[in-house]
Amino acid sequence: MATIVDITEEKALKVKDFEFMYAGADAPSVKKLNMPIAKHSITALIGPSGCGKTTLLRSFNRMHDLYPGNKYSGEILFKERNILNPKEDLIKLRIQIGMIFQKPTAFPMSIFDNVAYGLRLQGLKNKTELQGRVEKALQDAAIWNEVKDRLKHDANGLSGGQQQRLCIARAVAVEPEILLFDEPTSALDPISTAGIEELIVELRERVSIIIVTHNMQQAARVSDYTGFMYLGELVELGRTEEIFVTPKERLTEEYITGKFG
Amino acid sequence: MSNIIDKIFANSTKFIAFGILLLVAWIFTVLFEHSLESIEAFGFNFITEDKWAPNLEKFGALPAIYGSVISTFLAMVLAVPLAIGVAIFLSEIAHAKLKAPVGVSIELLAAIPSVIYGMWGLFYFVPIVRDIFGGIGISMLTAGIVLSIMILPFMAAVTRDAMNTTPDILKESAYALGGTKWDVVKDIIIPYAKAGIIGSFILALGRAIGETMAVTFVMGNVHKISTDLTEPATSIPVTLANEFAEADSGLYYSSLFELSLLLLVISFTIISIAKFYFLRRKRIGQ
Repeated sequence: MATIVDITEEKALKVKDFEFMYAGADAPSVKKLNMPIAKHSITALIGPSGCGKTTLLRSFNRMHDLYPGNKYSGEILFKERNILNPKEDLIKLRIQIGMIFQKPTAFPMSIFDNVAYGLRLQGLKNKTELQGRVEKALQDAAIWNEVKDRLKHDANGLSGGQQQRLCIARAVAVEPEILLFDEPTSALDPISTAGIEELIVELRERVSIIIVTHNMQQAARVSDYTGFMYLGELVELGRTEEIFVTPKERLTEEYITGKFG
Repeated sequence: MSNIIDKIFANSTKFIAFGILLLVAWIFTVLFEHSLESIEAFGFNFITEDKWAPNLEKFGALPAIYGSVISTFLAMVLAVPLAIGVAIFLSEIAHAKLKAPVGVSIELLAAIPSVIYGMWGLFYFVPIVRDIFGGIGISMLTAGIVLSIMILPFMAAVTRDAMNTTPDILKESAYALGGTKWDVVKDIIIPYAKAGIIGSFILALGRAIGETMAVTFVMGNVHKISTDLTEPATSIPVTLANEFAEADSGLYYSSLFELSLLLLVISFTIISIAKFYFLRRKRIGQ
């Protein structure tokens, strides 16, 4: 049984007996997992490759449904409703629960259109309102000053770090309640990484954040809670300083001190 | 010793590669040489003259050029939307179990020799066109339809391959913002694959304009410019295929060579545009 700290804050998500199996696999990648996610805080998921952390993250916005044959069971409660329900409106769900990927994914269009994309999908056509919300999102993502003079330029002309902040702006623009970060800095240099980490911490004011990272220092630097996963199970979830200083599980201690990984 | 073998190998491949360039130049020279008599006789009028009357020693290429352009245009208009549809289905919509068999059968269709399309067109499409649109069935329209069917598999397969180069992570990003499948296809996949898609269309266009056997059966070889698509017509390759055997004078013979020179230049230009403009390798990092 996993050691799970009492979370005093409201919960953004509650994972109950969640189990996930990829199409064609003969064993589940996530096994009977229970986990609360605190609202307006940053939860980091750490663990060795193949431990199921990304699989779990991608279940929160039902990304797995894009590919046929994956099987899952259990419950993930978001606002007291089970988002694993087959009748769940995935379009609405993905607007409320946004995602940032391992590599910057600027769309083949202008900087402005990239940020406006999610808003336009929702049917927002009013030019002044679009302009205002794009500007605000770019400011929130701390990239406004760098791009304000070239909003019409192709987004692929930006550097990797800028593109990743653009992707964050794009995700923030639709005002999600939860943002999922899947190793967001794995393709970036140290300076861009620092910028993204700073940004993630600032975003906590408005959204609940779940970040998967293979970098333990990153988890220690940015997160409030850290969950350690191993072989598809949650081993320990606790306040980040406790996980890194006084972990309760022996497995957690061995992992963070580098005995395996 | 191994050094000498390396050198021999390098030089022999260089010789073969250079030989291909020579071959192209040679073909061009031969066509040009045989065309000289006609070029001297008609000059630029060869292209603008609409009379092709071998018995009067009068040769104008305009009807053949017109036929080539219109039949190719018809084929493109019919094939482009279908090819895009098939490609979208294969790359985004079809279930994995369907993707492979349908994809392979489309590639097989692309491998059917064009003479078979021609026979099939003559025996199957000519009566259908005659019943629906009137005329004798052997016509510009039939040629356009047969050509479109012939280039469709190639276009669909290459368009699908271009669409498949869109990174999953890019598509997922659009889904993650609340995009539907249709949003992702039109906003992400088609813009991302645009250059490759246009390139495949132009290659198909190059193939259609030079296509001989498939259209020879169904076009009629009538040197007349008509806006009625149900009338028989001709195109450059159709004229060539039909008339070389009966070219009884030097000028007739030379005029046919000038037609083929024209076709070579047109095809060359089209393929060059596709290869060097649209299908060049993407810049690193994109």
